Amino acid sequence: MEHLFMGEYDVIVIGAGHAGCEAALACARMGKETLLCSMNLEAVAMMPCNPSIGGTGKGHLVREIDALGGEMGKNIDKTFIQSKMLNTAKGPAVHSLRAQADKNRYHLEMKKTIEHTDHLDMRQMEVTDLIVEDGKVCGIETRTHTWYRAKAVILATGTFLRGKIFIGDSAFESGPNGLAPSNDLADNLKKHGMKLRRFKTGTPARCLGQSLDYTKMQEQKGDEKIVPFSFMNDSIGENQVSCWLTYTNEETHNVIRANFHRSALFGGQIEGIGPRYCPSIEDKVNRFADKERHQLFIEPEGLDTDEMYIQGMSSSLPEDVQLAFYRTIPGLENLRIVRPAYAIEYDCIDPQDLQLNLEYRYIENLFCAGQFNGSSGYEEAAAQGLMAGINAALKISGKNPLILGRDEAYIGVLIDDLVSKGTNEPYRIMTSRAEYRLVLRQDNADQRLTEKSYCIGLATKERYSRYLAKKNAVAKEASRLEEKLVGPKEANDFLIARGTSPLQNRVSMAELLRRPQISYTDLAEIDDETRPMLSYHEVTQLEVQIKYEGYIQKQMAQIERYKKLENRKLPQHFDYSLIEGLRIEAVQKLNQIQPESVGQASRISGVSPADINVLQVYLEKQRRKGQSCCR
Amino acid sequence: MEDTIAAIATALGEGGIGIVRISGEDALPILQKIFRGRKTEDKVLTYGHVYDNFTGDCIDEVMAVYMKGPHSYTTENVVEIQCHGSIVSLRKILSLVLRNGARLAEPGEFTKRAFLNGRLDLSQAEAVIDLIRAKSDASFDVALGQLEGKLGNVVREIRAHLLDLLVNITVNIDYPDEDIEELTYENLLSGLVQTKDQISSLLSTADTGRMIREGLSVSIIGKPNVGKSSLMNALLRETRAIVTEIPGTTRDTIEEMLSIRNIPVKLTDTAGIRQTEDIIEKIGIEKSKESFNQSDLVLFMVDGSRNLDSEDEEILSHLGDRQAIVILNKVDLPQKITSDSLRQRIPSAVVIEASLKEEKGITEIEDAIADLVYGGKLNQKNSVLVTSVRHKNLLEQAVSSVTDAISMAQIRQPLEFLEIDVNRAYELLGEIVGETVSGDVINEVFSRFCLGK
Repeated sequence: MEHLFMGEYDVIVIGAGHAGCEAALACARMGKETLLCSMNLEAVAMMPCNPSIGGTGKGHLVREIDALGGEMGKNIDKTFIQSKMLNTAKGPAVHSLRAQADKNRYHLEMKKTIEHTDHLDMRQMEVTDLIVEDGKVCGIETRTHTWYRAKAVILATGTFLRGKIFIGDSAFESGPNGLAPSNDLADNLKKHGMKLRRFKTGTPARCLGQSLDYTKMQEQKGDEKIVPFSFMNDSIGENQVSCWLTYTNEETHNVIRANFHRSALFGGQIEGIGPRYCPSIEDKVNRFADKERHQLFIEPEGLDTDEMYIQGMSSSLPEDVQLAFYRTIPGLENLRIVRPAYAIEYDCIDPQDLQLNLEYRYIENLFCAGQFNGSSGYEEAAAQGLMAGINAALKISGKNPLILGRDEAYIGVLIDDLVSKGTNEPYRIMTSRAEYRLVLRQDNADQRLTEKSYCIGLATKERYSRYLAKKNAVAKEASRLEEKLVGPKEANDFLIARGTSPLQNRVSMAELLRRPQISYTDLAEIDDETRPMLSYHEVTQLEVQIKYEGYIQKQMAQIERYKKLENRKLPQHFDYSLIEGLRIEAVQKLNQIQPESVGQASRISGVSPADINVLQVYLEKQRRKGQSCCR
Repeated sequence: MEDTIAAIATALGEGGIGIVRISGEDALPILQKIFRGRKTEDKVLTYGHVYDNFTGDCIDEVMAVYMKGPHSYTTENVVEIQCHGSIVSLRKILSLVLRNGARLAEPGEFTKRAFLNGRLDLSQAEAVIDLIRAKSDASFDVALGQLEGKLGNVVREIRAHLLDLLVNITVNIDYPDEDIEELTYENLLSGLVQTKDQISSLLSTADTGRMIREGLSVSIIGKPNVGKSSLMNALLRETRAIVTEIPGTTRDTIEEMLSIRNIPVKLTDTAGIRQTEDIIEKIGIEKSKESFNQSDLVLFMVDGSRNLDSEDEEILSHLGDRQAIVILNKVDLPQKITSDSLRQRIPSAVVIEASLKEEKGITEIEDAIADLVYGGKLNQKNSVLVTSVRHKNLLEQAVSSVTDAISMAQIRQPLEFLEIDVNRAYELLGEIVGETVSGDVINEVFSRFCLGK
């Protein structure tokens, strides 16, 4: 069939979810002519599951996306309706920001940003095939028999690819939230040799707020002092709403147990692998039979709707059972459901078929991001979208890729985990996945990343200046605190009141700040000099830097050791069976993954420390051979 | 420069001299901390003593040499300490070097460094790879052998405990909103202190471990005049115990240290056990019984030229399920007992035919002792023993990590800081049992807690 040629772009992004939007914006902002395609423009930056952005680990990702010049942080700052800093009772490395979003406004604001970005076109169309020539992607074809030429293509299909929804005994082809699935593209990706597999996820029901009795629930308010996600914002709006906490009970569990057999999950209809950290309520009741109650949060979906999200209660049970078990819960007795809970299964790729720049190993210039790579979550998707966009733009400009190390960003941990270790379930970031958690904090994401982004032409001049200003302000105040001395006379009453030992001699303010009982804000009481006005993030960074100096230095030393192996690069497209002394399992894994460095190789399961030693000796041998040729 | 590594460089054997080699930046500073003697000069063999700089004890009389890089095997600064060839001495010196900051070398690491630093030429690369491979495989086998025993079980138990703490820390950090019990510093501290005690008590077996310091305790037992003293002399290859034809010559127990196939052994020759009215001999017999009860291994001697009598039967009844080697002596004389009949009587024992007079069977006895030890069949009395320097080193590091975590918990430092040390201890213990795959914690988090939206 003759296809109509409709235009030429540097980069075409397939899918306009959280990954696709970041990918397209990054490419366009780096000056690449970009086309963003979506089967339905109502689905741009859609949040088909929970109405919130951030949380532990995820909040770190959002700040990193922002530090690199991505959009997610700014967009949630514009559209949040409640904000909360989690883990404040714990240490600074795990403080995590989370905001409830107005879903519709989140979608609209992102769409608006895309509409007003130079070099970026957005079009509603269904991409049905890739055009691949000589192992290189060079365009796309659409449902309406048109085609576009492109230097690079980014796949960000989310849960749309051969999407299938399960509710009770009914199963039907569908994308998320009742949107159409993308079937032809899946077939054609397979035709191009891509190995696809099935993953599964799910979402709870939405109900009407007016049908709930909040007097039977506990109110969950936002923070009084709101911290923005974006480093570009100093202050943002107010909390608009509350969330509500309630619990299941024995009756709920009985209803669910009596209907286990009617769940698609247990009926065996679902072949996909679901994430352990996002279990359906029937899964929870089944696996944790001893637990007397499970908590759930009622979260508003937005200001212009009465729809409420029932966090903690996803399900693939039939609708009558859903209504029955939800109604056993205090406050939900008269609940009216507007959208039923469902499980969804979709096609995705094995991320071990990708390189660290998120380029598909077997088709050049084809990049992949988001749930398609086997991850889960808006933030994980956006982070990969941003990096795929950046790296597609760099690649077609003939520049080196931007690969973030595990010591530099949660984004680096996320991508390295996916590519080097692979995943058997939808992957979610957790702070415990990061080895260098003390350094990868949300307060210093800009200090870690903004300069990198500025150097590749993504972060704006304005962002770069703000980063520098903050860096200088913290450094200046830190040295003031080191120099400023206080004696027993000024400080001892203050110290005793805080349950810490009094001074014998004069010490620096910084020294006092190192005591666990004293915060920077506390110190104001005995600080007779004028203090600079520091933002939340500046204060946090300053405090962490001084209080935990020793630990951070220890961690930096670990990072130095880690980098040694990361900097030892390995050849690409290499046949490891040529190295004698490697075990067969190691050869197979190394041939599949083609690690970029000895460090990456050492994280692949099946590659032993002895194999790494053999690799190092081999590399040295090659290096010397190379030298002797040159002589 | 790379970190400083150390290992025993000579084959573990009966050699008169053993060498501990140290390579890296800190090689000389470490030597200076533990060596007392003349001032060390580059490439000059210097006489002196190694002292434990923590306790002040003298460990061994040694010759030490310092070879300044790049003119050394690895091209780094290298120190070699030549000491007496016994395992005990080598291990003590190596362990001291490690406590002073060196890391135990990986298999083939000196050679690897020599190669990476350009000391060996290209044609030797394959040989280096073979060496790494061979040594890793060999040490892997040895490690596996040791893990069959109690040590592996105890370490796994401690790790399970640490995993428990890690899982709780992780859940508390990553799931602040969930309906789970908050981890208090009190709970954390009690868990950490308990773990520290567990590791310390394991470690104390390394410090006082009889296998290393006193050796495997072996008793020779049997009725009078079956040849117990002759066996002792044969194993010692010298006349230490008085051998006579008169039953009851050995009235007291005699202890000797010796090395059998690299195993330090404390051998006790006991007075023959028999009914007697002689008071001195009676005391000797009581001591024999005590020694019998305390030993790791019993060598039970029987005279093959005589039928088993009530005294033999008495000992047999005491043997029970004790680990024993039965030696059927005097096979040069006409036999009244067969080794098969003894095997039937004591199925758990190894039976060896010997004639000490004709020096027959000694090697077999030595082999049998070595098999029992290396085969991990010997049940050490009292407790698990840490015998490997590598294990001891890892346990010491683990204790120090847990101690750091404890002091942080005491001043209520944030969980994520503490977690680093707890996790480090978990990983170190994992190296002992060969379980270093990451992901345990996250797997456990989801199997134990009900989490998620």
